[in-house]
Amino acid sequence: MLKRILDLLSSLKLTVALLVLGIVLVFLGTLAQEPMGLYLVQDRFFKSFFVDHIALNAAVRKAAQLFQIQIPPLPSEAYFSGPRVPLFPGGYLIGGLLLANLLAAHIRRFKFGWAKSGIVMTHVGLILLLLGQLLTDLMATESVMSFREGDTRDFTEDFQRHEIAFRQDIAGTDREQVVAIPLTLLVEGGEVRHEKLPFTLRIQRQVMNARVRRFAPMVDTNREPATTDGAGARMVLDPLPPSLSMDAPNQPAVVLEMAGGSAGGSRTWIVAPNLREQDLPGPAAGWTVELRALRHRQPFALKLLRTKHEIYRGTTLPKNFESRVEIIDPARGQQRPVDIYMNQPLRYGGLTFYQFQMGREQLEAGGRGTSSLQVVRNPSWLGPYFGTVLVFAGLMVQFLIHLVAFIHRRTRSTPSIAKPSVA
Amino acid sequence: MKRWIPILVAALALAWAGSRLLPHGKGDRELAVFGGLPVVFNGRVQPLDSVARNSLLQIRGKQSLSEAGRPGSLSAIEWLLEVMTRPEAAVERRVFRIDHPELKALFDLPLIDPSDPLDDGKHYSMSRLSKGFDKLSKQSEIAREKDPAARDPFEQAVIKLGGALNLHLRLQATLKPIRTTDFGAELNDYRASIGPGSDALRARMAGRPFDTNALTRLLEHAERYLLMYRADAPLVVPPHHPERERDNWMRVPEALLESSIPVPLLKHLLPNEERLPQAEADRLLAQAGSVPLHPSLPLIAGIVGAAAKQDSAAFDAAVAAYRATLESAFGAEITKARREQIFNRAEPFYSAMVLYVTAFVLAAIFWFTLSETVRRTAFWLVVAAFLVHTLGLLTRMWLEGRPPVTNLYSSAVFIGWGATALGLIIERFWRNGIGLAVAGLLSFASLIVAHYLAQTGDTMEMMRAVLDTNFWLATHVVIVTLGYAATYVAGFLSLLWVGLSFGGKAMTPDLNRSLARMVYGIICFATLFSFTGTVLGGIWADQSWGRFWGWDPKENGALIIVLWNALILHARWGGMVRERGIHLLAIAGNIVTSWSWFGTNMLGVGLHSYGFTDAAFKALLAFATVNILAIAAGSFAPAPKARTA
Repeated sequence: MLKRILDLLSSLKLTVALLVLGIVLVFLGTLAQEPMGLYLVQDRFFKSFFVDHIALNAAVRKAAQLFQIQIPPLPSEAYFSGPRVPLFPGGYLIGGLLLANLLAAHIRRFKFGWAKSGIVMTHVGLILLLLGQLLTDLMATESVMSFREGDTRDFTEDFQRHEIAFRQDIAGTDREQVVAIPLTLLVEGGEVRHEKLPFTLRIQRQVMNARVRRFAPMVDTNREPATTDGAGARMVLDPLPPSLSMDAPNQPAVVLEMAGGSAGGSRTWIVAPNLREQDLPGPAAGWTVELRALRHRQPFALKLLRTKHEIYRGTTLPKNFESRVEIIDPARGQQRPVDIYMNQPLRYGGLTFYQFQMGREQLEAGGRGTSSLQVVRNPSWLGPYFGTVLVFAGLMVQFLIHLVAFIHRRTRSTPSIAKPSVA
Repeated sequence: MKRWIPILVAALALAWAGSRLLPHGKGDRELAVFGGLPVVFNGRVQPLDSVARNSLLQIRGKQSLSEAGRPGSLSAIEWLLEVMTRPEAAVERRVFRIDHPELKALFDLPLIDPSDPLDDGKHYSMSRLSKGFDKLSKQSEIAREKDPAARDPFEQAVIKLGGALNLHLRLQATLKPIRTTDFGAELNDYRASIGPGSDALRARMAGRPFDTNALTRLLEHAERYLLMYRADAPLVVPPHHPERERDNWMRVPEALLESSIPVPLLKHLLPNEERLPQAEADRLLAQAGSVPLHPSLPLIAGIVGAAAKQDSAAFDAAVAAYRATLESAFGAEITKARREQIFNRAEPFYSAMVLYVTAFVLAAIFWFTLSETVRRTAFWLVVAAFLVHTLGLLTRMWLEGRPPVTNLYSSAVFIGWGATALGLIIERFWRNGIGLAVAGLLSFASLIVAHYLAQTGDTMEMMRAVLDTNFWLATHVVIVTLGYAATYVAGFLSLLWVGLSFGGKAMTPDLNRSLARMVYGIICFATLFSFTGTVLGGIWADQSWGRFWGWDPKENGALIIVLWNALILHARWGGMVRERGIHLLAIAGNIVTSWSWFGTNMLGVGLHSYGFTDAAFKALLAFATVNILAIAAGSFAPAPKARTA
């Protein structure tokens, strides 16, 4: 029995079957990308053991759309609600089985020798690539560092996640006390409590994606402002379906409630990424609150010295984006300027900074250039390089072995096919 | 004698291709100097000839203009000259092609207008279409709001026609202000208005009394030039100081306004326009009127005036005078423009296309006649075509300063080139016409694809910032494209196998065996190249964005090719397929490769998405259908019989 399982696991039939499944998976995942957005496609197709029926539905609808059959795309809520039936093997299952198939085949069948050396190298390289991709999935983080010319940043901001930050100036110093709580730790109806905070707030409402906009008396006739206090007293909150676009990530909104108060009723505040810091009253006096992108603190800082944004003359086509930054790292005694531009990232302190976006703020503010650097921490970044070199070398060796043998055969046996005839 | 026929044919073919370096046609000869003048368009220096050809291709789908009912034809440069200097005549030319019936209905165009002897039911003039501009722009707005991938054929046609009309308007504003009949006289009047007008403007801005008439006179000019500036015409006025700002070419209106109220200042002064920082505005205002008129402007006015009067002697003299002023400081630009003009005229890829298809026909004749002379003629014709193809590629690289593949168009040209290289190698080993047939057929097909891709505009466009790296273009892009080429060669070899299997006596057991071995060898090669190219792309992505693999549609497409080739190899090693099976899988490889090369660009997402046309999707479907039919036919292909005399 075990032998039969091992036979199957090491068989070329399994390899071919897995390659077929892999091709279909990648094809479906490509189709689903436009309706689902890249992040969700990665989660549901490639970084998962099974593809569910909703994700498959999205791919099929896109295929129909290519043939000009107009089926409306699924509403974005559909991807997040209801049961999900696994219908097709996902990237982790196919990749994992391929890995097992490769290892089993080498253990059971391959004899080491020159004739097969290229294949062994290729397969070891492939294992490195597969494992490297898995490690990247598990360990790599992406964030962004945005600043204006002259600004210094010692943190990067998460692309998708947010935090609620409370801030208080420490009297008599130029320092401040900050308590930041990731939004993922909070639930609607729950409480915000921290030993450093002299007060407790309740989460009255938490919305994954919302538009918080100014209260318009002519339009919002039947509505109350979002909150009793703070900026929300002049705002309304419109919940939105979850965003699937990488360019427009979810904008969450949270309504905080402070119990008691002199008038008896509770007082509420709304926090959202597009609102500024707000002062809190009563027991929380002296503290401010805001909702902002989750910050990753770094042990060093970058200062944006200047930006360069060139376009081709007479067009809007970008020619070059370039940021000159200064690394400020007293712990390592580093203080030096570096240029970051397209295809020329900065690798420093285990992080890699890539030129991402560039802009220019309003003239009223002095016309300073702004720059966003994409920041990646990927401890396994060298894996694919080794894997690539091994696979390439292996394929070359195998190809050359075949080629040499082929030419050898042909030069020894006189060309008999010059006239492919028996006549 | 028979020995020399092949060489002679190839030499004749090369002579024919070479003869196309010289101007052909009356228009090209007479306007050769004018067509070679350098301008900046699409962000790069190019000859007016390129502007003319690429624009006419986008508008009309052809590089020359012949109208039903009018004798003779106009070359692209003759047409452009007319558009730029005699727009009132140009708007009567039937250059805009409309095929979509609903789009015709939008303009109230009859199928064929019986009262108009020149109506061919397809081509319309700007003035004929002008009545429907409002309706078109309304439809265009609706279409533009949609995701490009979700637009229906009508919406695509609307956007295409809108783009063509817009391009025509842009070109009309290249040399002279719109609705100016005598540019020379206008220039003198403008020159006289600059001094008093600028003083009046300064006085007014300072709140002092000012000369209203002088200011009005200047502003009348300025506002018309601003309108002309907004047309986004090619940049034809060379920079003042080529030694330090070589790229700073200007549009005619920019050069005009720089002497009085420069464009940024003019916008600053108008409501609802881009504002300048106050210090910068003050500086420009203080300088207004002090910059002398650009020396090129009177010369350009001279060219426009002579062309408007259709005085060819005066025109030649004016062009020569203008070119002479460029020669000292812009020798490099003139040389580059001149070379590109000759390249345009020679159309090496067209010549190669003709030779390839001839060679394919000869190879097919060979299988039925087995005449070695025919095979050798086909061989030397492919060599000649390959030479022309290679020279064309090298010239493009030289003109662009880039590796061979920079966009979808050049990838099509390069796939044909790689396929021919592989085909010639195959032929060198087997000498049975198969390599020649594949080279001829595949290169012909890929150059046809390139021809249609060229209709979308300038094929030597500049690279956006992230792609601006010759190292990765030379490695990742070239290798991955060779991987495409190899996969296609395998697929086309297998298509030939299907065809020959039904070709009666053409197929022999020997040929059958060698075809299977060729396909296997080519797939090994394709695996190596597509894998290497794909992971090099990953390394580029890691270098540029910190992501080795991002699941971008184009990356996925390349991955599918690698997996497909690996699948064929493993299926063969495992004994799951034999000769027939390999052929059928290789034919499916054609579909897989086309999906990766073209299909992934049609999804409307990702970095590699360059937009697509409905026609391209139909062509892709048709190609896939042909391959599926071939697979079905191949499943029933009879086994080869030994040939008996």
